[in-house]
Amino acid sequence: MTEFTYTAKDFKSTSEVRWCPGCGDHAIMNAVQRVMAGLGLNKADYAVISGIGCSSRFPYYMNTYGFHTIHGRGAAIASGVKSANPNLHVWQITGDGDAMAIGGNHFIHTIRRNVDMNLILFNNKIYGLTKGQYSPTTDLGAKTKTSPFGTIEEPFVPGQLVLGAKGTYYARTIDGNMKMSQEIFDDAARFKGTSVVEVLQNCVIFNSGIHEMITKGDDRDEKQIYLKHGEKMIFGTQKDKGLVLENGKLKAVVIGQDGYTIDDVLVHDAREESLYMHAALINMKLPEMPVAFGVIRAVEMPTYDQEMERQIAEVKETAKIKCMDDLLKSGNTWEV
Amino acid sequence: MFYTFNILENSTILVIFVCAKNLTKVIFFCSLLNMGSYSTSNFSTSKPTFLYTMTKDTKVIELDQVAIRFSGDSGDGMQLTGTLFSDATALVGNDISTFPDYPSEIRAPQGTVGGVSGFQVHFGNRKINTPGDKAHVLVAMNPAAVKANAKFLEPSATIIYDVDSFNDKNLKKAKFVTDDPFAELNLDDYYKIGVPITSLTKEALIDSNMDNKAVLRSKNMFALGLVSWIFNRPLDIIEKALKAKFGKKPLIFESNITVLHAGYNYGMNMQHTTPQFLVPAAKIEKGIYRNISGNHATAWGLLAAAEKANIELFLGSYPITPATDILQVLSERKDLGVKTFQAEDEIAGVCTAIGASYAGDLGVTSTSGPGLALKSEAINLAVMAELPLVVVDVQRGGPSTGLPTKTEQSDLMQALWGRNGESPIVVIAASTPSDCFDYAFEAARIALERMTPVMLMTDGFLGNGSEPWKIPSMNDLPKITSRVAKDPLKFKPYSRTDETLAREWAFPGMEGFEHRIGGLEKDESGTVSHDPANHQRMCEIRAEKVARVVDMIPDIEPYGNTEGDVLIVGWGGTYGHLVSAARELCNDGKKVGLAHFNYINPLPANTAEVFAKFKKIIVCELNLGQFAAYLRDKLPQFKYEQLNKVQGLPFSVAEIKESVIKLMEE
Repeated sequence: MTEFTYTAKDFKSTSEVRWCPGCGDHAIMNAVQRVMAGLGLNKADYAVISGIGCSSRFPYYMNTYGFHTIHGRGAAIASGVKSANPNLHVWQITGDGDAMAIGGNHFIHTIRRNVDMNLILFNNKIYGLTKGQYSPTTDLGAKTKTSPFGTIEEPFVPGQLVLGAKGTYYARTIDGNMKMSQEIFDDAARFKGTSVVEVLQNCVIFNSGIHEMITKGDDRDEKQIYLKHGEKMIFGTQKDKGLVLENGKLKAVVIGQDGYTIDDVLVHDAREESLYMHAALINMKLPEMPVAFGVIRAVEMPTYDQEMERQIAEVKETAKIKCMDDLLKSGNTWEV
Repeated sequence: MFYTFNILENSTILVIFVCAKNLTKVIFFCSLLNMGSYSTSNFSTSKPTFLYTMTKDTKVIELDQVAIRFSGDSGDGMQLTGTLFSDATALVGNDISTFPDYPSEIRAPQGTVGGVSGFQVHFGNRKINTPGDKAHVLVAMNPAAVKANAKFLEPSATIIYDVDSFNDKNLKKAKFVTDDPFAELNLDDYYKIGVPITSLTKEALIDSNMDNKAVLRSKNMFALGLVSWIFNRPLDIIEKALKAKFGKKPLIFESNITVLHAGYNYGMNMQHTTPQFLVPAAKIEKGIYRNISGNHATAWGLLAAAEKANIELFLGSYPITPATDILQVLSERKDLGVKTFQAEDEIAGVCTAIGASYAGDLGVTSTSGPGLALKSEAINLAVMAELPLVVVDVQRGGPSTGLPTKTEQSDLMQALWGRNGESPIVVIAASTPSDCFDYAFEAARIALERMTPVMLMTDGFLGNGSEPWKIPSMNDLPKITSRVAKDPLKFKPYSRTDETLAREWAFPGMEGFEHRIGGLEKDESGTVSHDPANHQRMCEIRAEKVARVVDMIPDIEPYGNTEGDVLIVGWGGTYGHLVSAARELCNDGKKVGLAHFNYINPLPANTAEVFAKFKKIIVCELNLGQFAAYLRDKLPQFKYEQLNKVQGLPFSVAEIKESVIKLMEE
């Protein structure tokens, strides 16, 4: 395969970027553009498909093929794009309203089919483009413009939804952590299947600081764990804490305290097919547990687009009908 | 005694003899008094003869068509029976038209009128345009079937019925109040042939070791065998079809064959009481023919267009009655490389198709009214992005879930206007089961050459109905040149280089053409624009682009008279009934013409010219006046009378004629 040489700049379109200053979207796009430059794939083969929302303006700023579609339907349109031409590299950009609310059906079914695409879910837990209404990921009780007395709805945890939909790939990152985001986007791009990457993204205007509990402060490494396949589940500013399994539950412990040694700390296996451990990792929340980042699940399975291609090729191989004229004359016909 | 004869004076019995391809006449016997006086001894299936004896009391009337209605419980296999009979009928050279009529419940309450499933086939020795207003022969598997169909029978029609099922229980289920259902329905004058179908089926399968339920499932084959004898359809064609259907289940196959023959032989043995009918072959244009349903033809027309345009076909669809066949038929065509995507919902159906079009395939979605409503927003995206997209709407009775299995033409306004904003699309309609092929092809051709969504309207009547079709050769079809961009230096997403106003098509994978499109308003370069003047300009251009499709479509040619008293106007699936009515009216010397529309938006260029030549115009459609309203908007200089029907049923030729005659007399 020809290796293409690009810089991140080659992936920037001439359109003026109109996200608010300080919006987490800027950093996410920079990370994506750097990853694309590094992958060395033909720029003409990228199709960036989005729905509606702040994040969905993304394609306009990319110097690739881009399609800004309609609310919630990006995943369905991207599924059509990839099925029509499996050689393309499809990136589906979406947000918590777009993917979890109006597009929930397409989100779960795209994942279930395992259509090969990178589905980047910008989760700022708010509707930004319509100026501040609660979304399906907004925390219970949060006061927003449409929940002045606090929401009374349980929010979705996107990763749980991915697992429930038989997802093959789920990763979580933070908008401001460029290094982690790039590593994860790169991994997601190389993975064959629906690679869902949830990005905890900050909306500076309507929900600023919503992820700060996790992402900010000198003690942030105490509150995050960056999981890597095949490595011990260790975290903490001093790398002195780890995750162990006790009574069927994950527990955060200090290595060397209460009799816990490094040998007790679990090793992350993103390729484990069963959902159990991945679900436990996805569900971890403050304050008892750190929040999990990194590639939590990456289990290669046949993709929809490959299977579609394979089936067509297989049928064609032994088919008696090779063209329309064959078909028209097949079966019960008679001559007058 | 099995047989019921109620032959009164003036009752007509249809007696037609051996069927063969080279006959040009159909002979119906009308026995006025006496049934037992004709002989069938000189028949031969290969050499037709008319050497039968007629008594003085027997009068011969020449007719050229028969409509048979197979009717029973929705689990009685009437659709299969009707289909097999129709295929055999087409193969012996008759022209045919079929009409399946079934309830929306898969197994509606047994024995009730609501659960009756019917299949009407109309065949003859000339062009058959409709499944027939009324049936000449009814095959009724139970009392409910007689009740449900009494109003769809020709006066003095023949009723073949299963005597065994005419018991108290079934009479009660069908809500008869006496034990004489025929008298109750005023069918005394009809010729009735009672046959113990259930018991003879059981008898035929006595050695089969099958359970009672399985045995009873074969009784439709007895009816089919009997009717095949009466109309002289060769069994080998039916056997071949059964083999294809049940070949992998030898027990079912064998039992069906056994019962089929039992029915056939029963007819032969009882011929002194069972009349045999002859419908000779039609005078049909030379060529190779096949039977095709509208949905099948639609699927194949799309395939043909993709091959002609040398691009791949992608169907994104969600199962919905009565459009599901299109998805099923195309799913079978992996051999031709079709990509079918059974989506999670109607919206994803059209969205995957739009995605495929965006990526360089011919994107198609198929649906019916409720599904079309769900697709509106996405169709609008294709309007804005100016992508080639074919939307097939197989209409059914609405609103809401409405009458899922019944036909109607009430989606026209939805097709034309059912989207937000100024959203013009091309709307075309097929008019017969087989021309669904042509209009599906045309829909794709227009979409690809003009970069626009095209709505193809068919309906349940066309989609499920079938007729013989002279197979075209791919060489005869027009070429399709899609607008794939060639020069990256000159390419702008919304630049329009020629008089068609169609933009160029550049899709992912094409180097140097990288660009962005989407649902937001753009300027020519593809940049998002909120400029007021630009928006107006773009709206007008999109409308004008669709209007200019007029140069791709043929002028409308009226059938019958090109000037005169009344112009019948119709569109889509009512063609067969309208043309039959127009023909009969013209034969009666009436100054009547028919302008039948396949192109709705835009209308053919000469429409006003055609309309101007008639004193009166009557717009006939299966809704409450949607096309009439559209014409009033587009061509307000004319006065439009209306004939409207929303009963989930096609027009009858008789009611069209009646309305036209009434209008002439006014």
